[in-house]
Amino acid sequence: MMNMLIKTLLGSAFAAVVSLPAAAATLDEVKERGALRCGVNTGLPGFASQDDQGEWQGLDVDYCKAVAAAIFDGDGSKVEYSPLSAVQRFPALQNNEVDMLARNTTWTMNRDTALGLNFVGVNYYDGQGFMVRKDLNVTSALQLSGATVCVQSGTTTELNLTDYFSANNMELNPVVIESQSDVNAAYDQGRCDVLTTDASGLYASRLELANPDEHVVLPEVISKEPLGPTVRQGDEQWFDIVKWVHFGLLNAEELGVTQQNVEEMLESENPKIRRLLGVDGSFGEDVGLANDWMVDVIRAVGNYGEIFDRNIGPDTPLKIQRGMNALWTKGGLQYAPPVR
Amino acid sequence: MEEQVAAYVARDQKPVLPPPPSEHGPLAIVRKNLFATPVDAVLTTVLLLFSLWAAWNIIQWALVTAVFVGGDRVACVTEEGAPVGACWAFVGAKLGQFTYGLYPMGERWRVDLAVVLLVALAVPLAIPRVPYKRLNALLLIAVYPFVALVLLTGGGFQISGGWIAFLFILAAFISATLARANVTAPALLLRTATIMALLAVAVLLVANILSSGRVTFLVFRFSVLSGVSCLFALASIGASTLAAVRAGAPRATGPAHILLPPAFVVGLLIVLAGDFGLRPVPTNLWGGLLVTLVVALTGIAASLPLGILLALARRSHMPAVRLVSIIFIEFWRGVPLITVLFMSAFMIPLFLPEGVSFNQLLRALIGVALFSAAYMAEVVRGGLQAIPKGQYEGAMALGLGYWQMMRLIVMPQAIKLVIPGIVNTFIGLFKDTSLVYIIGLADLLGTVRRGFADPNWITPTTAATGLVFAAFVYWLFCFGMSRYSIFVERRLQTGYSR
Repeated sequence: MMNMLIKTLLGSAFAAVVSLPAAAATLDEVKERGALRCGVNTGLPGFASQDDQGEWQGLDVDYCKAVAAAIFDGDGSKVEYSPLSAVQRFPALQNNEVDMLARNTTWTMNRDTALGLNFVGVNYYDGQGFMVRKDLNVTSALQLSGATVCVQSGTTTELNLTDYFSANNMELNPVVIESQSDVNAAYDQGRCDVLTTDASGLYASRLELANPDEHVVLPEVISKEPLGPTVRQGDEQWFDIVKWVHFGLLNAEELGVTQQNVEEMLESENPKIRRLLGVDGSFGEDVGLANDWMVDVIRAVGNYGEIFDRNIGPDTPLKIQRGMNALWTKGGLQYAPPVR
Repeated sequence: MEEQVAAYVARDQKPVLPPPPSEHGPLAIVRKNLFATPVDAVLTTVLLLFSLWAAWNIIQWALVTAVFVGGDRVACVTEEGAPVGACWAFVGAKLGQFTYGLYPMGERWRVDLAVVLLVALAVPLAIPRVPYKRLNALLLIAVYPFVALVLLTGGGFQISGGWIAFLFILAAFISATLARANVTAPALLLRTATIMALLAVAVLLVANILSSGRVTFLVFRFSVLSGVSCLFALASIGASTLAAVRAGAPRATGPAHILLPPAFVVGLLIVLAGDFGLRPVPTNLWGGLLVTLVVALTGIAASLPLGILLALARRSHMPAVRLVSIIFIEFWRGVPLITVLFMSAFMIPLFLPEGVSFNQLLRALIGVALFSAAYMAEVVRGGLQAIPKGQYEGAMALGLGYWQMMRLIVMPQAIKLVIPGIVNTFIGLFKDTSLVYIIGLADLLGTVRRGFADPNWITPTTAATGLVFAAFVYWLFCFGMSRYSIFVERRLQTGYSR
């Protein structure tokens, strides 16, 4: 700290005189530091939160662990988590305070281009959904004409809601409320029939209701919120590594490679599995990692399906269905290019 | 001659009768104070009923229907959906986090030890009867912060040669000032000491512009020029010491006094750079009450001396000093703390050269300290304005210098007057520390709120329980400060009491 202080106080004054070396490759920096610096949400149920022991848990957190495992030979614990607020996340990545963001960040064109970020893929297809009481016997959002809808004011959620109702010629009675917790409370007290926000948030809101099992999330999703891990632009190798960890997790699920059977799968005759696990080819070395990088990743966190089920799936308190996040082979959108 | 009095006039005092039952005793007090008029009666009844209703609901929520033990959210929700009270099991499960944040389990004794040391040093200082106040204060102010820093972070700081030279130059200047107190000290040696110290400053400045080769001494890495600067500073200290040795009989400061500042610097370097086998704990793992206390105590400890200096500067007759002080105070009072914190978190990294990072907690600490110093300055200035001119004139007539006058006559009176204002600022600062949550530091409130995101604990009452708990902890600390301030006020009340 002392060292940093003097560097800062004295160094900043002469910064203009001293020429600085070009930024080193992120992979080398991470290896030298011995830890991946990963920006996560300060707290989003199922995506990033701390358990009773203070360990970080969640779908996004497992992506940090997966990348760390790929770099540090299967040691997924070598991660320094930086909990970041929504305003903090992009400056933190741009200022090199974190190496990657796994912080439920929506992939938009502006962020991908003007903000200088690279989105490695979509680890959760989110979108605005509706929650209603089960005893209303509503099965589709199209039956909601004339219903009162609780919604947070001044958000895209409110705009999407208006668009959806007018596009389907339905009558909308919005109850617009300032904060999301007040929206939840209003719905719980019966001031409105329908609660709407992003689907991942709806499942968490459901747990705050007096009787979670009396409420149901409708299948319609009316907006596109593709959430994904993000890296800085300008380091292609690092971009490739994080991207292929994501694709590797999806391919592993598609090929049936799990945390339990990964050792047996090393003997598999299936050429796709042999390439994924580094038995054949040099795919890991080509991206700057060890050849068995994917074995390390799966040993540490399992495949995408296992990550999903462990953190937000039907057996967790959140009880989120796979839906759009199922593999393409099962009617979902999750699709990864092949390892070959 | 006996006084002529009618027979019906009593000659003896009648025995004193007790007042009628309607005029004394608890019933009378109640009647007089609570039911004197019909309006009073109605108000009393309504408020009494409201208090009972509120108390009943609070007890019902916090104790009767509350859940005290449990492993996860299932404990805090009922099967059939009846409303549950407070979910204290959540607080119980997360208490470690609320206290230490993510501080590693095996290292938490270090935080405990730092707190115990603080209490052991601060409590005797706060109790008037305990002796050795001067030594105690010295330990608390000059030694404890560094010990606590090493305990909490793990120490083993890499201190650059330039920084070491800077510390030795400071020590050299203090030593030279001490040596000067001896009237009989040889003038030549004193002049040598000053020139050496000034040379050291000049070389250090050059060392920061020119880069030169590296020399390693023990664990410290010097650039050649900063090493030279360091040697000059040591030479200056040597000259000062020699001057003290050569000084004649009535010595105000002996060689031992003069060697004290450099000895302190050496001790400081050993503590900070030494390897005590403590595992380093980066500040991003700190959290909970630990961060709240670190931010609040640093702010409190830094703001009082800084505030006093600023207040004196603002009342100074030197225009430049006054102007600087006014600009500083009005700037920091004019911006909201949240802006200061945002600036420290997002703007400072943009100004720094690439690759230079600057600890986030330290940034917030500096912001909070400067911010509260500006408020403190105005509180102290209020006290200074209450001191009559005669006190200053009396002090000057006694032949006291400016600093002696302030230290011995003015400040003790001024500070005593504004104790309520000072403690008010402290309490405000303590609560304002919760704003660091906005910039991603997990203070007590921040850790509690992060706990709400744990899917294993989301229930309808988790959030309310956590917030009530946090509020209670804040209240406990603020109430403690308030009580102690009242105690100090009473003790120092020497003529203004009503």
